[in-house]
Amino acid sequence: MAKITYVEFNGKEHVVDVKTGLSVMEGAVKNNIPGIDADCGGACACATCHVYVDQAWVDKTGSQSAMEESMLDFAENVEPNSRLSCQIKVTDELEGLVVRMPQSQH
Amino acid sequence: MNEPGAGVVIVGGGHAGGSAAAFLRQDEYEGPITIIGEEPIAPYQRPPLSKAWLKGEADADSLALRPDSFYAEAHIALRLSTTAISIQRAARTVTLEGGETVAYDTLILATGARARTLDLPGADLEGVQVLRSAADAEVLKLALGPGKRLAVIGGGYIGLEAAASARALGAEAVVIEALPRILARSSCELLSDFFTDYHKARGVTFELGATIVGFAGERGHVTGVKLADGRVIACDDAVVGIGIIPNDELARDAGLECSNGVVVDLEARSADPAIFAIGDVTQRPLPLYARSHRLESVANALEQARQAAAAIAGRPAPPHEVTWNWSDQYDIKLQLAGLAVDTDDILVRGDPATAKFAVFHLKGSVIRAVEAINAPAEFMAGRQLIGSQKPIDRAKLADRAVSMKEVAVR
Repeated sequence: MAKITYVEFNGKEHVVDVKTGLSVMEGAVKNNIPGIDADCGGACACATCHVYVDQAWVDKTGSQSAMEESMLDFAENVEPNSRLSCQIKVTDELEGLVVRMPQSQH
Repeated sequence: MNEPGAGVVIVGGGHAGGSAAAFLRQDEYEGPITIIGEEPIAPYQRPPLSKAWLKGEADADSLALRPDSFYAEAHIALRLSTTAISIQRAARTVTLEGGETVAYDTLILATGARARTLDLPGADLEGVQVLRSAADAEVLKLALGPGKRLAVIGGGYIGLEAAASARALGAEAVVIEALPRILARSSCELLSDFFTDYHKARGVTFELGATIVGFAGERGHVTGVKLADGRVIACDDAVVGIGIIPNDELARDAGLECSNGVVVDLEARSADPAIFAIGDVTQRPLPLYARSHRLESVANALEQARQAAAAIAGRPAPPHEVTWNWSDQYDIKLQLAGLAVDTDDILVRGDPATAKFAVFHLKGSVIRAVEAINAPAEFMAGRQLIGSQKPIDRAKLADRAVSMKEVAVR
């Protein structure tokens, strides 16, 4: 279990406990947090679960896979700390993780 | 007409219906929401049923769209194992099997589609099944494993995914297709050939151009598929994947315009302003292609769920999306965008022999559709270019040394 803070584009924060083994995307969807659409359900097929990982957590959340990198290349408003949240697995080490959402996933 | 305050009633508890309820709450709609679903379980994702779930890589929790606790917390009444049998538009009520009526201010029809079945001798044998629901998938999963042989009837995406999953579980698989090539309805010949070869190399056999006349069985269970040429293709289970039929009867009986699905506008609204329809059951406009179409995809279900939720909650309409879909088979990720209609040429980028390439369907120098195999950049850039209708430089698009970024900016 890890406490994760999801910050909507408008600044609204959602702090939820997410089970270890789920993805950061699943943590948002299961709690009906707006702003992470995840249309493909985590198959890395759609790039609609784009988040910005808080700078303090960039190393701990790992690096982009080749597939993810190619998908993000064409997403809107991509930053160096952009990730597809379906590709970040929740571990105990991510207790306190903060991710922010882009203006739109589409 | 009933008093205002009856809220939104959603008929259909699938991907579209469940998502519409969730989006209404995300859009801060505060009225009552009721989901009426025929299946015994809360809304779940169907795509993994032929892919990750069938292979044992995903559990029931991960199939669920939202945890069971979500519905109570969000004040969404979830009425499962419940069938709606008619709509009274003037009274704004839905009648359920058993006679109860449920009042609505706004109705969302998310009744989806059902798998087409074969009306042939032996089709009622045990082991002959479709793959549409979680219950179907449970039965199929039990039938797959080493020493088992699966007959896949219909060489469409659902069948090919089932064949790939069967192989992953150690079962044999044979694909029986009536047309001379697989994916004939949805894809170009090059893609059909690529997938046929890819499956063959992984042990799947094919019977193409084969007419099925019935099923053979012993003690009530299927043992083979009978072909018109007299052969019987032995199998332990047969999965029929020959398309789906929209469940638009409720709408039709209520006098709503239907034409291979409930006719809706770009807000997912039917001709009755109090009734929306979303997902596989709709015949919807596709402005980019100057036509209406019935799409069968999660992306479409979600787009229309967002449209309906925004309209009902009084939010700005969400942006229009380019239709897209995906398929997972073995280590192949196929991503599709757009519709290959009104096209005059096909351009292939990359070498199919490397299992990393994309097929672009063009009208002049405008991309209308893309089929990308392990080629996410081609898919993402293609989807954007389909939406913008920006002409591209064909020579650059054909040249893998030129990045898709450069193709996109021209």
